[in-house]
Amino acid sequence: MARLESPRYTFLFATAVCVVCALMVSVAAVSLQPRQKANARLYMEKNVLVAAGLVKPGQDVTIKEVEKYFEKDVSARLVDLASGELLPADKADARSYDQRGARSDPATSRVAPANTAGVGRLPRYGVAYFVMKGGQPEQVVIALEGLGMWGTVYGFMSLDRDGRTVRGLTYYDQKETPGLGGEIGNPAWQALWKGRRAYDDQGIPRLTVIKGQAGAPDKDPLRVDGMSGATITSNAITRLTQFWLSDDGYGKFLRRFREKGAG
Amino acid sequence: MSAFGKREREALLAPILANNPIGVQVLGICSALAITTRMDKAFVMTMGVLLVTMLANVAVSLVRNHTPGSIRIIVQLSIIASLVIVFDQILKATLYELSLELSVFVGLIITNCIVMGRAEGYAMQNPPLASALDGIGNGLGYGLVLMLTAFIRELLGAGKVFGFVVLPLAKDGGWYVPNGMMLIAPSGLFIIAGLIWLLKTLKPELQDKD
Repeated sequence: MARLESPRYTFLFATAVCVVCALMVSVAAVSLQPRQKANARLYMEKNVLVAAGLVKPGQDVTIKEVEKYFEKDVSARLVDLASGELLPADKADARSYDQRGARSDPATSRVAPANTAGVGRLPRYGVAYFVMKGGQPEQVVIALEGLGMWGTVYGFMSLDRDGRTVRGLTYYDQKETPGLGGEIGNPAWQALWKGRRAYDDQGIPRLTVIKGQAGAPDKDPLRVDGMSGATITSNAITRLTQFWLSDDGYGKFLRRFREKGAG
Repeated sequence: MSAFGKREREALLAPILANNPIGVQVLGICSALAITTRMDKAFVMTMGVLLVTMLANVAVSLVRNHTPGSIRIIVQLSIIASLVIVFDQILKATLYELSLELSVFVGLIITNCIVMGRAEGYAMQNPPLASALDGIGNGLGYGLVLMLTAFIRELLGAGKVFGFVVLPLAKDGGWYVPNGMMLIAPSGLFIIAGLIWLLKTLKPELQDKD
């Protein structure tokens, strides 16, 4: 079998295998991309609904059901983060707005002020979802992101009409250690946030993930149970939560919301 | 000479019990511990390993007489890796949330010893049809242990089978207090080790001679 062992043949064979494999992978990746994107979007919007408590975590929802929620109960709007003002609803389609894309594009973002949350760039506009009841906003859902231990974590936090009380939380895209930091994706841990207060009495974001157990939300409103074996992730969550609630994040918008509602 | 002879039948059936990849060869344990907390996860993983092993075996077998020996392992690995990426892409396009939960473990099918073991150990010496059947057989053998383990873990750990409530949990108003250990990795090892012991006890010829 001298032919098989000649360097020339080996090289050609290796090239052929690579070309065929590369072709197969790229055809699959390109042809399936539209469906994957649609799925990712559906999953993201579903998590807005989960944070707002309209959908249970783990519940299957179809695109149609999500559409129905967004037609009736949920209205997505864009917030100018620097001023805290809402963009007119007819001027921008908040649902097709891609906050992650906008944050990476120099034309629609700026370098974030120094922070400990691992937020490098800030988009000009952030998404906010109003959950309506009887024509009035009952909750508002804001987007969170920041550097965890292994990568960027993405989530949503729902705040009550008062702009202070946490109504729900999800982390839907994260790469933290499964079983340890990855517990931020666990609905049981996320449920511990319900009823806590995003701000202290002076209006400073102080909600903290502590080491050990926090008390009941009404007695211990500014602290949340930490995850054992996941100090770095716990601290990261504290920092990114406080960042997005501060004036660099959604703070100005939330102050307006407390005073004036969704107007 | 029929296409489906003794060799083909043996390729398909032997790995299911007599030469089970997990039970007898003790391969693929790592993924078996990680994704057997729920039956739907275990099922998708089984399908992934089954399809990849089958297709990789066919591909490796088709080029086996043209593959230079010096690069055969890396050729097998390229084929397997490509198939796994394609499977991962399909999963993301169809079962998105499940694909997130399986996360790295789909990618790790590439390093699942069963896949490469069959490519190198069987497909390099046998024609495509037999290799395909060998791949299916090993996928089924792997899946059998996986599904059995997942059945026990999901039932005792969460009171469910395939996500349907069988034992209503006490915290939801039922009577069953779940065994939390079943949801963490050590229980997977206890069950799989138990299955291996059972298999070797029932079939003494499989025991290692020391």
